[in-house]
Formats: sequence, C-alpha cells, structure tokens
Amino acid sequence: MTPTRLPAGLAGTLLLIVALLYLGVLVALPLVVVFVEALAKGTTAYLAALADPDTRSALRLTLVVASVTVPLNLVFGVTASWAIAKFDFRGKNMLITLIDLPFAVSPVIAGLIYVLVFGARGWFGPWLTAHNIHIIFAVPGIILATTFVTFPFVARELIPLMQAQGTEEEQTAISLGASGWQAFRHVTLPNIRWGLLYGVLLCNARAMGEFGAVSVVSGHIRGLTNTLPLHIEILHNEYNPVAAFSSASILALLALVTLIAKALLERRHPELRPGIAHQA
Amino acid sequence: MKTNFADSSRTLTIRALANARRGWIALATAAIMVSACSESGSPSTHAPDAPGTAIKLLNVSYDPTREFYADYNKAFAAYWKQKTGQVIIMQQSHGGSGKQARAVVDGLEADVVTLALAYDVDALNREGQLIPANWSSRLPDNSSPYTSTIVFLVRKGNPKNIRDWNDLVRPDIQVITPNPKTSGGARWNYLAAWAYAKGLKGGSDASAEAFVKALYKNVPVLDSGSRGATVTFVERGIGDVLIAWENEALMAYSQLGADKFDIVTPSISILAEPPVSVVDKVVDRRSTRAVAEAYVQYLYSHEGQEIAARHFYRPRDAGVAQEHAAQFPALPMVTVGEAFGGWSKAQAAHFADGGSFDRIYSAQ
Amino acid sequence: MTNVASAIDRTTDRAGGYPARRNRAFRVLPGFGLTMGVTLAYLSLIVLIPLSAAFLRSGTLGPRQFWHVVSAPRVLASLRLSFGASLVAALVNAVFGFIIAWALTRRRFPLRRIFDAIIDLPFALPTAVAGIALAALYSSNGWIGRWLEPLGIKVAYTPLGVVVALCFIGLPFVVRTLQPVLADLDREVERAAETLGASRVQTFRWVVLPTVWPALLTGCALAFSRSVGEYGSVIFIAGNVPMVSEIAPLMIMTKLEQYQYAEATAIAVVMLLASFGLMLLINGLQLWTQRRQRTRS
Repeated sequence: MTPTRLPAGLAGTLLLIVALLYLGVLVALPLVVVFVEALAKGTTAYLAALADPDTRSALRLTLVVASVTVPLNLVFGVTASWAIAKFDFRGKNMLITLIDLPFAVSPVIAGLIYVLVFGARGWFGPWLTAHNIHIIFAVPGIILATTFVTFPFVARELIPLMQAQGTEEEQTAISLGASGWQAFRHVTLPNIRWGLLYGVLLCNARAMGEFGAVSVVSGHIRGLTNTLPLHIEILHNEYNPVAAFSSASILALLALVTLIAKALLERRHPELRPGIAHQA
Repeated sequence: MKTNFADSSRTLTIRALANARRGWIALATAAIMVSACSESGSPSTHAPDAPGTAIKLLNVSYDPTREFYADYNKAFAAYWKQKTGQVIIMQQSHGGSGKQARAVVDGLEADVVTLALAYDVDALNREGQLIPANWSSRLPDNSSPYTSTIVFLVRKGNPKNIRDWNDLVRPDIQVITPNPKTSGGARWNYLAAWAYAKGLKGGSDASAEAFVKALYKNVPVLDSGSRGATVTFVERGIGDVLIAWENEALMAYSQLGADKFDIVTPSISILAEPPVSVVDKVVDRRSTRAVAEAYVQYLYSHEGQEIAARHFYRPRDAGVAQEHAAQFPALPMVTVGEAFGGWSKAQAAHFADGGSFDRIYSAQ
Repeated sequence: MTNVASAIDRTTDRAGGYPARRNRAFRVLPGFGLTMGVTLAYLSLIVLIPLSAAFLRSGTLGPRQFWHVVSAPRVLASLRLSFGASLVAALVNAVFGFIIAWALTRRRFPLRRIFDAIIDLPFALPTAVAGIALAALYSSNGWIGRWLEPLGIKVAYTPLGVVVALCFIGLPFVVRTLQPVLADLDREVERAAETLGASRVQTFRWVVLPTVWPALLTGCALAFSRSVGEYGSVIFIAGNVPMVSEIAPLMIMTKLEQYQYAEATAIAVVMLLASFGLMLLINGLQLWTQRRQRTRS
C-alpha cells in the first residue's frame, strides 16, 4: 500500500521528526558507536584485534554452535508447522504457546535449567561424570542453551505462513497419488522457502549473538568455551575497548547483513511481513 | 484419496506419543553424537601421560590474575618441557572468585584452582567434595604463594584529598568496589574497611557496621568482579576512588597511566592471601596429578615468585621480596584469622544471607 | 461417490481436520503422527523437561520457605525493577513506536527504507554488543551521557539506564506488530469521518484507535515479555546496586553463586510463571484480533 501524502500539517511533520529522532538516537547510534570505537585506534589496531587467536577461536566456536543449532531448530520448525498448520486438534493453542515459551524466558534461566539437569550436582551429573561425557562447561552445553533460546524462531515464522497457505495444494497432490513426503517436498517446500529463509536468518542472528544463557553454561575457558559475545565481555574487562568493539563489529556486521537480507526478502515477498500471527 | 475413518482423536494422540519414542531415540543419538564429536572441544583429554603427547591442564582462577598467569604458564611450560620433555597446554578461566568456585563444583573440570580467598576454595570441599578438608596445609604459607593487600586508586593529583578509610564516607565521595556476594576482592575490601573501623578508638562491631554502611552508600555501581570494578573506574570514569587489590591498582597505574592515577595507601589494611590448590578428584580422574602438583609448587620457586612480583603480587620468598621492596610499601595489616576468626566465621557473619552486607542494603 | 464428495466438502471447510462432528476425525494429509511425535519429543527434551527442573528444585523449598525467599526485600526490589522498567519501556515504546509505525506507513520521506530496516536492529544485534554500546553511549564520558550529566540526568548505572536499554530492545516488537494493521486501515472511513466534520484528533480517537489498539497491546505485551528477562543488553548499563538497580536475572545469578540453587530457582519460577502468563495473554490477544479482522472484512 503506497503511503499517501496527508495534508502536511505542522503537527504531522513534527511527529515525523520526533519519530526519526527517537529512532536515530536510540537505535542507530549504538550501531554507529560500535564501529567508531572499533576503529578508534586506526585500522591496524582493528585488524590486529581480529587476528588475535582467542578472538579467532571464539568466532569459530560461535560458528560451530550456530551451525548445529540452526539446522536443529529448522527441522523442528518445519515439523511443528506441518503438524500445527495442516491439521486441527485439541490443545493446538496450548502447543503454540509452549513453543513460544522460550521466547519469554530469561536467558539466565535458560542456562540455569541446563545446569540443574546436566551439572555435576544435577539430575544426570553423576552419570555423565562417570562416563566422562561433558555437557555443561563444554560445547554441547552451549549448543543446548542456544537451542533453547532460539527454539521458536523458525516455527513462529512458518506457522502463520503455512496456515495462510492452507492445505488445498497438498490435498490435491495427495489425491493425485503423491506420498506425504513428496507432497511436502514438491508442494509445501517451494511455497514456504522464503519464510524458511527468513526464519533461519533470525534464528542464526540470535544464535550467534546469545550471551546470557551461554554465560551461565560456558566455563569461560579462554580459547575453548568462549563464544564471541563472551569474548567481547572478556575484552571489555581487560581494559581493551578497541579489541572489544572490534570483535563486536563482526557481530554488528552480521546484524547488518541480516537486516539487509530481511529487507530484501520482505520487499519481494510482502506476505512475510510479521503481522498478527497464529490463527486458531 | 487416503482417509482414516477409523481413527478417533484419542487414537491419534496415542499414536503421536508412540511416535514420540522414535523422536526421543533419534534425538538421544544425535545428542550423544554431538557430545562425542566435541570431546576435542572439552578440556578433558584421554591422552595418557606419555612423554611427547601434550597434556592439557585447566587453571580456574579469579578475575585480576589474567596477565600474571599468561606469563606464568609460559614459564612453567618451558620448565616442565625441559625437565620431563612433556608438552603442557595450559587453559585458563577467569571470573569472580565465588562464581568460579561454584562452576568447579558444578562440573567445570579444573585441575588447579587459584582463587581469591580460602573460603571459595573451601567450597570445593564443602559443597562438592572435590578436595580434602586439609587442603590448605598441603602447601607452605596456607597454600598462598603470594599475597596482596587492599589500597586505594584515585585520580591523578588526588583532587578529593583522600588519605584514609574515613575519607571514603564523606558525602562528596563516590567509591567503587565490587559486590562481595560474587567477588573475592570485594570481600577483602569489605573486611579491610570493617577492620579499620573496629580498630578505631572506641570501635566495635556496631560502629564498624555503621561505617561500612556509610561507605556503601557512596557506591554507585556494584560490579560482579574486581576487574569489572576497575574497568568502571578506569574506563568509564565513574567514582573518585577505587578500593582495589594492590596488584590491580599497581597494574592500572603502570599500564594505563601513571599520569592518570595515583595510589593511596591507607593507614591499615588486610593481608589478602589468595590460595591455590590442586583439585584432587579431577586430577585423579584425568591422571594429571603429577603435573598439577608441580604446577602449584612451581609458584613457590624463584622464577614463580619473580613473575608474581613482576605482576605486583607480594612474593613470599624473602629474597625476591627484598629485590622488589620499593614497589611494595610497608603497611600495617590484619589477617582474617586474627580480626575475624577465620573465613567461615567471617562469611557467616558478613556475606551469607542475613549477614551484615544484607543488613546494610536492606536498611538503606 | 457421494460419500467422497461430501467428505471433500467437509475437509475443505478447515485445514484438513475435523468435520463438524467430532467423533469422526479423518486426515487427508499424512504425517500427523510423525510430525506431532517429533514436535512433542523435541519440545519436551529441549524445553519442558529442563524447565521442569527449575520447578522441581524450587519445590524442595516448601511453600513457606519459597514465599520467604521471594518476598525478601532485595528480591522484591529486583523483581520490581525488572517488571517496572519493562512496563515503562513498553509504554514509552507504545507512544514512540506508534508514531514511527504511523510515519512509516503514512508518509513518504527520504531514506524511508533505511529507517524501516533499522527498526529491526535491536532484534538482530547481539545483546552483549548492544550492552557495551549502550553503556559506552550513556556513561558520563559517552556521546550522549556527557550532554545529559550537566543537566543532572544520570542514565548509566541507574534504573533510567535499564529503561533506556529496554526501550532499545522492545521497539521492533511494537512497530512490527503495528505496521500491518496500520497499513490495512480503511482510509475511506477516516475520510468519511473528516467530511462529517470530525477533527483530526477525533478521527484518531474514534476511528483509528479502536481498530489498532489490540495490535498495539500485542506489540507492547511482546516487548514487555522480552524485556522482563533481558540480561545481556542491560547488565552493562545497570548499576547492580542492591535494592536500587539490580535486575532479577542478576539476582538469580547471585543466588546461584552462593550455592543457593533452590532459591535461585524460586526466583526463576516466579519469572517463568509471569512469562507463561504473558505468552498466553499474547496468543489470546492475537487470536482475538484475528477474529475481529475476520468479522470486519
């Protein structure tokens, strides 16, 4: 819908300026400050900070975690959306609420519950220690905590999309003799692929940036169990604002890429615009 | 067209739950696979103690020791290689002392802990049964190879003219000190202030509590670790005075600007003894006891003491202390044992729930 | 044949589900068993069972001790701060978010697309990065802080700083929930109101607002629920002074560090119950808005 020009009253323009100021100061400025502080000592210092081995391993760990978490939640998202959008059953709303639950849970709590379950004094602690399996304070724990936090992202995107698309096409395919899997692959998947991409983008951005939950379950072992956000905190605490903001700029760049990709996707596929979700 | 006329919703739910079993098995397999794959990402290794294979040791330490252990680890690795031919890879973790102790209890596989106060190392015995109760007598000097104390870091020129503890309760002063519930350094700070007030003429526990309360009223932000507090003071420019470990203050002074800060030594302070220990249960499981014990013992060696002094810790070795006497001013110090009856009593009286720190904050 | 025809009729009524009579459910599409199974298993494994650990652990306290822990002054203060600051931030974002959504859907101005994209930044930017950036900006030697300090406004290390950080976090939720609804508004009704003599304010109050406010409420609830548990963006700018600027997640961490697991979970349970309630509310709101939109169109 193209925006039309309202009679350009003074009040209207003032409101517009207020809106843009709020946006600029509150939202845009933090992004700017990241890059300015990162480059405060020049590009050599910036590149040196990025080449630091601990930074490199933090980046690697972040990528590893994201590469496990995102596909897991992707598969789950698609599965859950199929079950929810294509069928009717009792308790659907409760299921949707439960899926959305991690979204509203504090990241610290997310980390805490995994310590309670897998920590040395937790439910499985003694068994895990006896078998020399490391979950908490090792990479699997970080993956679990991140999976929890990013749990609903793909599902939240796909459910309204698949609900809006209905089931006619799949039913037609089935009636023409396709198996369920074929119907999914050749009918549903092409329809939802942009929504899928959208959800994956958001899930990835959150997975790579998760801080609170990982802070509780990581052991903060330098070069080993520090993700990039944790590493940024460490640098911040080592009187090294330039290095901290340099590492932060990597994640900020990722955020920008996510934003641009998101905007492009939305332009081409306006049905992806987040709106009122979750029809019954 | 496929239809399932016979299925009722109940049957379908039961089928779904039955199918859930498939899901569980698949997920469990995946979890185990992921965990097995990332064995290399965890600090434990199954490499035997054969010469030539690298041994990984994890040192879980408190906040301000980052630079010290970075240097010490290099020295120890060189020493051990030369002595036994084994290659050591040291891994470090840093954070608030209490927080780190809790992580070790919860399963962080530390071969060695080097924490800020004996109470936190005690927790490994008390809460986790990871070390024996007599751990502190296994190494000389209460298992504290170096000591430190508490001093003040102020802005250059000391514009607010801060000379001693009583200046910290002036209404125009803002004090930076971390949160004693999570930071070891903060607890030393707290007890040092308490000891000062109690040691005044006519001082008592009651007057000491009033003093400390007035002091904390001047604290605008409580970081969770000593390093966070230093960053707040140094980088953020908050506060007029930072109550800090002597080694932190000296490091901030030398690294970040003798032209920005001054160090003020108060009239009385506390002897801070950050202890070290091998974590028995872990080293026995990982078969790294020999190396771990050598690691902590080397801290008492001449080279270890030299590195400590270089990083502004007061060495125990008399010879090394003599050489570096200039940077460590003489300062009357009390100990936790004399002034507070030991850490257990001090913790219970001040930092546990319902202790004096809680009273200070709830009444404000 | 008629059976099949009527069966088709019934199935196209809703998404492949129950016909009008509940006792005859049939599925046209396959895969319900498998997908539901995996969904439930994964949900239980990753979300429900670990969450239950928190509830079970706090259960070991017993009701009186639980209440004692949760009603301790310091804990109450931290809950008050977390919930209070989130509420204030949600309300501030309600106002400004509305204005921004309005501007983006109704007016054309230079760089509109860029401003539109920027709104999602708090959603995409990692919380720790936002945290150090906001702390740098609003501290007394920061770009913004240095202008506000002389005016006597301290942002960093005060509850105000917490509110600012939460405004940052919550803005995209409000704007993105409002935009489609504002875009869908029927302009004819507004113009009709104006031709009938209503002032701009009246048109707004009686025509626009009633249509839009469920979406506004939903957006605010989303922002609120996200803000209550927020840790990374807030922890760098909050003062962490007990009773004053200590957020509830930090309180949980503190309890944890003191080996008081049960007490930490007690606070967690309070927050979880609030989160769960909020999610129910939000989903209910969204359902209600659906129905309203359907009856209107």
